[in-house]
Amino acid sequence: MSGRIHPALVVFGAIVFIFLVAPLFIIVGASVSDTPYLAFPPRGLTLQWFWNIFAIEAFRSTAITSLQLAVLGTSLSLIIGIPAAYALNRYRVELPKWLSTVYVLPILVPEIVFGFSLMKSVSVGLGTPIFLSLLIGHALLVLPYSVRVVSASLASFDFSVEEAAISLGCPPLKTFFTVLLPNIRSGVIAAFILAFITSVNDVSISVFLTGPGISTLPIQILAYMQQFFDPTIASVSVLLMIVTVAVMGVVEATLGLTFLAK
Amino acid sequence: MKNWTCWALAAPATIAVVVFLVIPVASTILTTFGDPKGVFAPYIAFYNSGFRRTVLYRTLEIALITTAISLVLGFLAAWIVANAPGRIKSILIIAAVFPLLTGVVIRSFAWMIILGKNGILNSFLLWTGAITEPLSMLYTEGAVIVAMVYLFTPLMILTLVGVLEGIPQDLVQASMSLGAGPAATFRQVIFPLAVPGLIVGAVLVFTGSFTSYATPQILGGEQQMMMGTFLYQRAMVTFDWVGASTIPAVMIVGTFAVVLVMSRIAQRLNPMAVS
Repeated sequence: MSGRIHPALVVFGAIVFIFLVAPLFIIVGASVSDTPYLAFPPRGLTLQWFWNIFAIEAFRSTAITSLQLAVLGTSLSLIIGIPAAYALNRYRVELPKWLSTVYVLPILVPEIVFGFSLMKSVSVGLGTPIFLSLLIGHALLVLPYSVRVVSASLASFDFSVEEAAISLGCPPLKTFFTVLLPNIRSGVIAAFILAFITSVNDVSISVFLTGPGISTLPIQILAYMQQFFDPTIASVSVLLMIVTVAVMGVVEATLGLTFLAK
Repeated sequence: MKNWTCWALAAPATIAVVVFLVIPVASTILTTFGDPKGVFAPYIAFYNSGFRRTVLYRTLEIALITTAISLVLGFLAAWIVANAPGRIKSILIIAAVFPLLTGVVIRSFAWMIILGKNGILNSFLLWTGAITEPLSMLYTEGAVIVAMVYLFTPLMILTLVGVLEGIPQDLVQASMSLGAGPAATFRQVIFPLAVPGLIVGAVLVFTGSFTSYATPQILGGEQQMMMGTFLYQRAMVTFDWVGASTIPAVMIVGTFAVVLVMSRIAQRLNPMAVS
């Protein structure tokens, strides 16, 4: 679509976009204020709040836990998600239609309901250790991204190429790694990034599963926020936003950002 | 043989979802029906408790207002994006995607800085002389709604951009050349074609805000308890698991009911819909 837009609409649209972006700049401003409370515009400039993050042990340990959960959970979801996506595309006739719905259930069921139920049935019911419960929760939370995004790139894959490799004597596992995987690589990368970001940002599931000694970064931020009102959280947020910008840069360079808009 | 292979490939993911999601969620909901006082006793008790009813109504109200506002803002912004020239369009899409990739906690926190006692809004209002004492804006329903609109508008924009871009230019031109003004073209051609997208966006925003936890926790606190924060408080602070279990059931039923109503409205509004 293209055409002339009324100037009033342009002004209004500009306001909407300022509304979307300005709060993030306000966080950046607040993170360098030398006041002991949150203030914007910043009164004086300091980087002390950034040092404060590293001085607080809880931020360090929870950041590591979050990173471990995101890497392991996303990998797990891909390990079980890629074969499922493959089966859905390759054996479209043999498998029942409702099966693809099963894999999106973790998005359809409200996250907080999932977190609460997992806490009751698995971490308390089965007595699984905290980290394992968190890992199960995160792997399932991101499973829909793995299955859906990989499925989308498998949809345009020509399975006769794979049959050619097999009929020429290539063993199935080798066919997977040398023929199939290179063809769906961008889908797998996209799924990994989406899943990783979802896992790192998760609150609603983690909040039920964290326990003494083990917590994730967003939960730690939430807890700190409710006790202290200093700019430390603003500087943590800035660091996380820098990571997000870096990820977006990688996505833009490798795949183009348009795929995220789908 | 073939049949066996396809199930073997699908099995790990399917079993994981069934064991760790379907069974736990089903058991949460089933425990609420085991009350000796009657099958629906916990739900009747839920509804009869003034406090819980207030929480439910407040959650519904906040979710509906959030959905309505982000529909309007998202539609206008998506319209701009769909009509913007290439370079500006990609900048605008980045501006919409970036907040989505930033965590909910961080985005809600931004509003603490804006709405707080020493926040930017209070400073501004004091400076203009509109107020003489800082207002307390945190922990109000308005604070939660503003933050949720902020949270969900990007989702609405990205949902609608694709839909608006998919509207064939021919239809718009045909309508214009047959004498319909811009307003009539919008009302009779563009809007009806955008309805399916608006419904998808509305469902996403409604379910997201109806079941949210972090935002009401950060900006609403105890004063503005919503279903999500109420569930957390029941489960993790008072450890009333049986009482807490009615909340997920109400959430799921509420979500499905609203989604059903919305898709009905969609069918009414969209003359092109087949079914």
